[in-house]
Amino acid sequence: MLGLSIREVSQALKEGRLSATELCRKCINQIERTRFLNAYITITEEQAMEQAQRADDRLRTGKPLGSLDGIPFSVKDNFCTENIETTCASIMLKGYVPPFNATVVQKLLDQGAVLIGKNNLDEFAMGSGSTDGAFGPVRNPWSYAASYREQSRGDPDSDWVIAGGSSGGSAAAVASLSSFLALGSDTGGSTRNPGSLCGVVALKPTYGLVSRHGLIPLVNSMDVPGILTRSVHDAAIVLRTLQGQDEKDSTTVQAQSTPHSIPEDFDIRDMCVGLPKEYHAPDLSKETLAQWSRVADMFEKAGARVREVSLPHTQHSIVCYHVLCCCEVASNMARFDGLEYGHRSAVDSSTDAMYATTRHEGFNNVVRRRALSGNYFLLKQNYERYFVKAQQIRRLIAEDFKRVFSSGVDVLLTPTTLSDATRYSDFIQEDNRTRSTQDDIFTQPVNMAGLPAITLPTGISHRGLPISLQLIGQTLQDWKLLTVAHWLEQQVNFPMIRFHGDSNEREVERSVSERTHITGL
Amino acid sequence: MRLTHPRCKVRELPALRTFTSARRTSWSRWIHERHSSTSTPESKVPKMPTWESIAESQLPPPTKVSPDLVDKLERLALVDFGSKEGVDCLEKAIRFADQLHVVNTDGVEPMDSVLEDRALYLRADAVTEGECAEELLTLAKNTIEEYFVAPPGNIPLPQREESPAHSEL
Repeated sequence: MLGLSIREVSQALKEGRLSATELCRKCINQIERTRFLNAYITITEEQAMEQAQRADDRLRTGKPLGSLDGIPFSVKDNFCTENIETTCASIMLKGYVPPFNATVVQKLLDQGAVLIGKNNLDEFAMGSGSTDGAFGPVRNPWSYAASYREQSRGDPDSDWVIAGGSSGGSAAAVASLSSFLALGSDTGGSTRNPGSLCGVVALKPTYGLVSRHGLIPLVNSMDVPGILTRSVHDAAIVLRTLQGQDEKDSTTVQAQSTPHSIPEDFDIRDMCVGLPKEYHAPDLSKETLAQWSRVADMFEKAGARVREVSLPHTQHSIVCYHVLCCCEVASNMARFDGLEYGHRSAVDSSTDAMYATTRHEGFNNVVRRRALSGNYFLLKQNYERYFVKAQQIRRLIAEDFKRVFSSGVDVLLTPTTLSDATRYSDFIQEDNRTRSTQDDIFTQPVNMAGLPAITLPTGISHRGLPISLQLIGQTLQDWKLLTVAHWLEQQVNFPMIRFHGDSNEREVERSVSERTHITGL
Repeated sequence: MRLTHPRCKVRELPALRTFTSARRTSWSRWIHERHSSTSTPESKVPKMPTWESIAESQLPPPTKVSPDLVDKLERLALVDFGSKEGVDCLEKAIRFADQLHVVNTDGVEPMDSVLEDRALYLRADAVTEGECAEELLTLAKNTIEEYFVAPPGNIPLPQREESPAHSEL
């Protein structure tokens, strides 16, 4: 039952074939069984069981709050949750208990969804591996899938692959069937990158369509809450719940009228799919390139118009992103001074000394270095040369997209990452800055332009790991994007994760046999 | 399907490339690829990477971060570099950012936000929530009555040579 879609499980709840408490208990048990993935920082078992109980009361009387009543969900630990610790995977916020809910969390709770836990991430969402947080790295559930373990001769405790980042915990939770939907955040690809490596659906909505209130900011002009689910249809249900203007976030925009669900009468022959040639970047893996070609051909054979397009500034985008991100980080991280909330150093000799030691103790190297770089780019003598220059290039990147979409292209099809997931031991050979500049290549241009994008798994690599592709849409055309993604999802028919059978010491087997029994896999 | 590996790799500076040469080179390679490859000829996915490397000579001279600058940045950011490695990392970050300068941006307006062309939502100028001072004060480590308590102010941070972070520099 844990492998069911939101639509299916919601139906079962409404018909009384399943109770919300039973479902919640199963998800908590699954979290416990997959504890070694380190996907969760906090498990909110007690509150979740109470919430589930209330959902059952409503369901029994035939008065569910909404389509998500009784559905367990998890949230990246950089969204504020009332009375539940919110850490950003940083010592700086360890023990911080917000007095309010982020708008997106509140909206899910208002629909009756059951919050089961807070997901692990890179500290303050800075990273592309979910390896740089104060609570340790997240392991990709596919490291324990039959397809990977059968080829790997390594020890499961040392030979495992990264979940991607920075929303790695959210992606791992959805992929390992402990959560039906997870919230991530996406500044330069932080939802799509781990979604891609963990083989789940990851949606980054149009900038402004979903409220950022209560999301601890990284880059205000690019941050967007992201949605991770196991199907495009589920992502659409969640987007429907979350979208729309929020009076607590002045950058939100009114959602256009949206269909009740993804239209079934859609004809792919009406679509024009663009293939941006600059997305064949150096170091793109052969297998990812092959997937890209295969899926492009799939669209063409089905009658869609497929053509090569050019986004000439693509290769400069990562440099531009690097500068803008550091600058906004320098500004956003200034709020953490130890006085009002969060960690406070014991040093009490002067205000400045207290600030400096608090920030030294509270931030990891990655955060400190980005803040220092940002301060450098923002120095009076560098401001024009770096910050303003990057903002100018940002416009060129946004205009590239505008030009392509106004030429009649409906969606763009691209790779999401250069390759399938890297082994942890290989990943940590390079520093966070270098990794981010390689891993965000295909994802951050979309954030520059504020466009919606979705990634979904389309194939399995020779290492037994998911390979995903990205679809990019026009601004506020999130529903058209979901419609095309839904069509593609049905064509590729990506298999559900099947855990390696003999890892009995981890008790994965029990969860697998249980799931197998129910879903008939 | 035969897929050629990118021949031109610059690990350190993956975005160091120019457009004019990109267009020329990738086109000739693409033709070459089409003639020599047995891969599905109808696929419209580009066969070869289109990025081109940028020579060091196109970049400004590398920035050396002086001890004075280290000091200044540490005071502004209120975090320390920690070690020589931290300073190296900044130098690499600057070098990476130097690639911005190969793009011609003459006459291009800087872009702060993708919402620049729409009016942002303004709500009525009326109080809708508040009375939460006590709740917020409980989040602080040190308060007296309704005040946050800070250590004595107007005392500058220790000078460079006194600071342990600089011992390695």
